[in-house]
Amino acid sequence: MTEETKPKLDAGKVLTQELVGEGKGAPRGGGRQVAQAVIVPLLAVVTALLIGALIIILTTESVYAAFRASIGSGLVESLRVVGEAYGALFAGAFGDPAKIAAAISSGDAQAIRRAVNPFFESLVAATPYIYGGLAVALGFRGGLFNIGVEGQLFVGALCATFVGYALTGLPTIVHLPLTILAGALGGAIWGFVPGYLKAKTGAHEVINTIMMNYIAFRLSDWLLSGPMKRAESFNPVSPWIQDSAKLPRFFDSPIRFHAGFFLALIVAGLVWWFLFRTRWGFDLRTVGANPHAARYAGMSIVLWTVMAMGISGALAGMAGSNEVIGVNYNMAMSFSSGYGFDSIALALLGNSHPVGVVLSALLFGALRNGATRMQVVAGIPIDIISILQALILMFIAAPAIIRSIYRLRAAGKGEQVVSLRSWGE
Amino acid sequence: MATIALQPRYKLVSPTRQRVLGIIYLALAFLLWFAFIRPLTADAVTTFGMTPGGLGVRELAPWQLPTRTTILLMAAVTAVVGGVQLVRGFGRWSTLVLGLVVGVFVFGFLIWSAAGRSLNLAGLLRATLSAAVPITLGALSGVLCERAGVVNIAIEGMMLAAAMMACLVGSITHNLWIGLLGGILTGALMAAVLAVLSIKYMTNQIISGTVINIFATGMTSFVSSKFLQTNQALNDPGVFRTFPIPGLVDIPLVGPIFFHNNMFVYGMFVLLFVLQFALFSTRWGLRLRSVGEHPKAADTLGINVFRTRYMAVILGGLVAGFAGSYFTLGSVGRFDEVMTAGRGFIGLAAMIFGNWTPFGSFGAGLLFGFANSLAAGIAILGSSIPSEFLLMAPYVATILVLAGVVGRGQMPAADGTPYEKE
Repeated sequence: MTEETKPKLDAGKVLTQELVGEGKGAPRGGGRQVAQAVIVPLLAVVTALLIGALIIILTTESVYAAFRASIGSGLVESLRVVGEAYGALFAGAFGDPAKIAAAISSGDAQAIRRAVNPFFESLVAATPYIYGGLAVALGFRGGLFNIGVEGQLFVGALCATFVGYALTGLPTIVHLPLTILAGALGGAIWGFVPGYLKAKTGAHEVINTIMMNYIAFRLSDWLLSGPMKRAESFNPVSPWIQDSAKLPRFFDSPIRFHAGFFLALIVAGLVWWFLFRTRWGFDLRTVGANPHAARYAGMSIVLWTVMAMGISGALAGMAGSNEVIGVNYNMAMSFSSGYGFDSIALALLGNSHPVGVVLSALLFGALRNGATRMQVVAGIPIDIISILQALILMFIAAPAIIRSIYRLRAAGKGEQVVSLRSWGE
Repeated sequence: MATIALQPRYKLVSPTRQRVLGIIYLALAFLLWFAFIRPLTADAVTTFGMTPGGLGVRELAPWQLPTRTTILLMAAVTAVVGGVQLVRGFGRWSTLVLGLVVGVFVFGFLIWSAAGRSLNLAGLLRATLSAAVPITLGALSGVLCERAGVVNIAIEGMMLAAAMMACLVGSITHNLWIGLLGGILTGALMAAVLAVLSIKYMTNQIISGTVINIFATGMTSFVSSKFLQTNQALNDPGVFRTFPIPGLVDIPLVGPIFFHNNMFVYGMFVLLFVLQFALFSTRWGLRLRSVGEHPKAADTLGINVFRTRYMAVILGGLVAGFAGSYFTLGSVGRFDEVMTAGRGFIGLAAMIFGNWTPFGSFGAGLLFGFANSLAAGIAILGSSIPSEFLLMAPYVATILVLAGVVGRGQMPAADGTPYEKE
């Protein structure tokens, strides 16, 4: 198609109005819009927690026993069971207030550290979620569904691990950035492939990223049990990384809180700046929102499709490297507890906006961390978190369900951020 | 849309693709010679065992092949085919030739990796079929949904949930058939959620699928660690017995492989033929496909798009439920957390590889199943090629097919687009 130069301007103007109305203007567009943007996610989380409570009640035997005695005692027992479980969830996520107070009054540094550890552990758990959520969100903004965060995370971790243990004798100031960069690069390559194929051949990125996930898993299987295996170990696990490749920690054991959290916040800020304050970000969002208009305005769809997937992959890779250089200091196949798939839920919960993503990541980190304690104290398997996340994702993706439950009015136009194209396009 | 318009159906083989394929064939021939023949000694012999396993089955004498000569012959044939492909191509036989060349190469690889040793070929083929069952059934579930225009990436989740429920119900009732029913209905229930989200609420279908996948993983692991692991009586449904088909099972080689299986394998074959016929030779199938290709036109002609899609997705869920039950009731007889291990996604790949048709899905399922069982076989042989690379093959193959490197599938045109009545 050959276009004349004149209509391009008009297309650009129309486009600008369309996009400003949706992306950039939304946070500024008055209180009502903000409330609209916040209320559905909030209700989604609350509803999911309520359903979670129901599941806990239905799967606890003591409740049935109490109901057999009398309905009143059954209700009391139900409340007690839910209270115990969610109380443990809260204490596991933020620390037990009574314990913290006791520790502070005792003045024992070790006791204080142990009491406030749950809170910092939640931040540690939230860090990979921030990266993963940003990865998915950036993909969405570019009109792409990056379901391959998990695979990109694995490849990023592999690269970071390799650079982390194989390079020796470097000062931290050189080694640490190199390691982070290696992780980002690994993820970027894993994202680049589906992005390139999408842009050049039209092959759908969802299928390709799923396939790339499994290629990454098998690759990790092979590397960790073969070339990258720790010599003295029987299990498929990589060697320990050098001290110079580790992110600094702020407190003594047992608090594992490390600089990666602040790095993730900085990256989130950079992503926000890139998406909403640079021309490139504008191009990326335009290609995502309306590729036809973008092409009409002279933007390169191929370039920005590849870039969106590449940057998204790099962010996912950083999630992987963060786990290696901040938390585990080595890599085993079990190092990711499904961060990649959870990230889809939290990117949508955060409305594909960096601020929303960070908040959702903090929530998901707290949930996942708190659930560990809930499992120990109340005997509720940690997998209930996945159920909650699936429910949250469902309510966010189908806001009509939430609206009909709470009798909310339908929101106006511009609510749907994810305007993905169909399989064939 | 644009990509589909660029690849019209009537133009079977583009000149570029013809050349690319020719070069690939020549490269394969070279690889056969370079990597496989040169390191071999002249008198190496490969022995293929013909013991498919199972009691009372007639066995054949093992095959003995002179390794070097056989591979040399294969390399020569591949080279000639490559030359012909490069110069004039095979026209409408291209896909068949491609399959043959890949087959020859894989066989050459087998002969090479088992040089001087013995490999149980019949056992390998039997393992291939059992590995292909859940993959093919998963793919059939995908075919049903996607032919009606609903993308189903939740095959994995449906299968996982069904596997757990089949195990639980089967253990409680001590009846395999009721367990199977429980599994199938669970698949349908999951599919119903997918259908309501995708069709009624017009949620992005990939997100609906992800909801199902995350939910199924969480739910099954929750139930497993809360009940199944603590109470073994709830995790012991038993397994469907092998049922040899009288008469047919006595056919040498073929009999023990195909007709000495349990109900799931026969069920897969029945479903395969029924679906292929129903989708492509009945009015019902035409309507279902029209909804997936052009829902608006179908609606105009009086077909109820929503009802057809609901039906297709829920039928797909029933099939996925059957596939999931195979994991517990047809294979190991207990439920382990995330035991489907990505088989649903291989099923998705098989569906794409098989060009959204039942027969194609089965072919792809066999191919991927072969890669799977070969990986296990190679690990035992101690080959120099890591088995993980073979396990990667299905995914790489799917990416290549999607990218149009070795032909391009024709996906239903309205796949993934919610239908909105005006």
